[in-house]
Amino acid sequence: MAEAMAETKTKAQEGAQRNGTDVTAERMERFSKDELRGFLRDMLLFRRFEEKAEEAYAIGKIGGFCHLHIGQEAVALGLIGPLREDDYVISAYREHTQALAKGLEAGPVMAELYGRDGGVSRGKGGSMHLFDAERRFMGGHGIVGGQTALAAGLGWSIRYREGDQVCVCFLGDAAVNQGAFHESMNMAAIWKLPVIFVVENNAYGMGTAFERVSAVPVVERGEGYGIPTHAINGQDILETWSFMEELAEEVRSGAGPQYVDARTYRFKGHSMSDPVSGTYRSKEEVSEKKEREDPITVLRDHLFEADLLSQEELEEMDAEVRAVVDEAAEFADDSPFPADEELYTHVYSELNEHGRLFLDGRDR
Amino acid sequence: MPEITYREALNQALAEELERDDSVFLMGEEVAEYDGAYKVSKGLLERFGDRRVVDTPISELGFAGLGVGAAMTGLRPVIEFMTFNFSILALDQVINSAAKMYYMTGGQISCPMVFRGPSGAALQLSAQHSQAAETWYVHSPGIKLVTPGTPADAKGLLKASIRDNDPVAFMEGELLYNVKGEVPDPEDGDFVIPLGKAEVKREGSDVSIITHGKMVHLALQAAGKLEKDGVSAEVVDLRTLRPLDVEAILKSVHKTNRAVYLEEGWPYVGIGSQIVALIQDEAFDYLDAPVVRVTQADVPMPYAKNLEKLAKPDVNRVVAACDRVLYRD
Repeated sequence: MAEAMAETKTKAQEGAQRNGTDVTAERMERFSKDELRGFLRDMLLFRRFEEKAEEAYAIGKIGGFCHLHIGQEAVALGLIGPLREDDYVISAYREHTQALAKGLEAGPVMAELYGRDGGVSRGKGGSMHLFDAERRFMGGHGIVGGQTALAAGLGWSIRYREGDQVCVCFLGDAAVNQGAFHESMNMAAIWKLPVIFVVENNAYGMGTAFERVSAVPVVERGEGYGIPTHAINGQDILETWSFMEELAEEVRSGAGPQYVDARTYRFKGHSMSDPVSGTYRSKEEVSEKKEREDPITVLRDHLFEADLLSQEELEEMDAEVRAVVDEAAEFADDSPFPADEELYTHVYSELNEHGRLFLDGRDR
Repeated sequence: MPEITYREALNQALAEELERDDSVFLMGEEVAEYDGAYKVSKGLLERFGDRRVVDTPISELGFAGLGVGAAMTGLRPVIEFMTFNFSILALDQVINSAAKMYYMTGGQISCPMVFRGPSGAALQLSAQHSQAAETWYVHSPGIKLVTPGTPADAKGLLKASIRDNDPVAFMEGELLYNVKGEVPDPEDGDFVIPLGKAEVKREGSDVSIITHGKMVHLALQAAGKLEKDGVSAEVVDLRTLRPLDVEAILKSVHKTNRAVYLEEGWPYVGIGSQIVALIQDEAFDYLDAPVVRVTQADVPMPYAKNLEKLAKPDVNRVVAACDRVLYRD
């Protein structure tokens, strides 16, 4: 893929010129060479991780639903990377790379996808329910829009304890049609909760184009709640990272909730069981987006252009992250399945000393 | 022992727990400035301030979910539903978030919280405002369910529920709020009733009327009527439906060999269905008659007074059910 990426360089450069090379140069200056290369490395890691997951799914090592984040890496990295360790992140079910961006290790995340005891949720959550309480990655939620209410609660808790953390809540564009989203936005607004609602606007809810199910664009959905709204290019890590660096500080100092329309694109099907294109979007649309708006090639080209990275270094970087992902897959493979006894653990955190909690007759 | 109302008992429990633990807060519609739709939270705003006693928009799904999110960080929200009828809007957050959180996080995150409010029918409130919500809640593993029928149980069990580390649904009775009963004086120490313990509200030897929540009072009336007829009925109040005091149920059935389950809700997959299954499974040889259930009629609650009366369980029907298991009919 490194070679393939080199081929699309010219087109991306053209794009950068059209969008203003000056803006890009200015943004590049905010970061050191190491930081910029770090961004590329992390996004490459996310990409390779998802590709490995895809591979593992195909051979049955991962089951159930598995939603890949390929194409949306700059949203995860740029909007989570600048956060503090004690800030909260909560998401829906397309959350593998967001977990990695919050500092969860690739091995235990992969092991969770494999349904193993060494997984971040002990194999009980799976792809859609990645959690790490210590790193304040609060899931991994499977009901569209449900996490927005939980995010309001995390924000509530920060305010209740007079903390200066923020909570970043990711949701898909389709989730803005859910009641939970509207109720949560309203509560966040009236109580000035430190929650940043980020719509990963990839234009489709599964196979339904957003404009087919909404009379107004995503960006207009925050206005009725009096929540400051932002629209960003989610395919440009320089933009997403700089944006969150500033926004998180504003929210920390009391700016209240924020609503972000992060425009992005999903390069894969809705889940592993769904086609990449077909009745709802054309092959051509997908390949054009991949060619012009791949967050990895966009950054790579900026780095090439500024002489901050050579093709050889890119290949080395790619080899390094591939090794990390291979190791993660090995870790997952080596991790045992949860023991049979685990079926009944973690249902209740407090096993009352009186009465029966389980009614399936097992404790007769 | 002082006699106070069920409402006052709940108010005492809330006040004591708010006082004891700063991580406890009460949130819901009209709970603060209005003092609660049923005045259960009377005076709490004044005493604890608007950080701890919080009025919400009419957004059951939203504030139930907010409570779950707050509980995920270790706070102990008490989420009041004005009635459990409205909690149907919130069931996604109760079932999909609160009840499953501890499991799907592999034991990392529990939700120490209470969902409380009145459940079941009052008087002529018609179909959407008169339903018993127990089955919807108790059906899902991960949640606990408490249904106090008396002021003392209301107080002691609410305190235990707030202290419990799992999500607890706590169903009160709209028609119980004015009911008076003896509750230990707060001066005499912390009064907490552990979850999972049934109580025999009346001893008897001929038939067991097993029940929960406000139906306890109906069961006691029926037992009184049966006594005049020379039948000694035992009334077992389960108090908590999950965890379930199986031992107490079996003990009573072993003694009387005949049982009636009385509940306010609908029969189909009602609480009684589970209790009957349990008794036939674990005490079959002790039974002298099939277990009979008394429930609401299997229809939405009608408005017309006469029809409503027909739809609800009443003393005569409980007595008739006892007669049936005693082969006296």
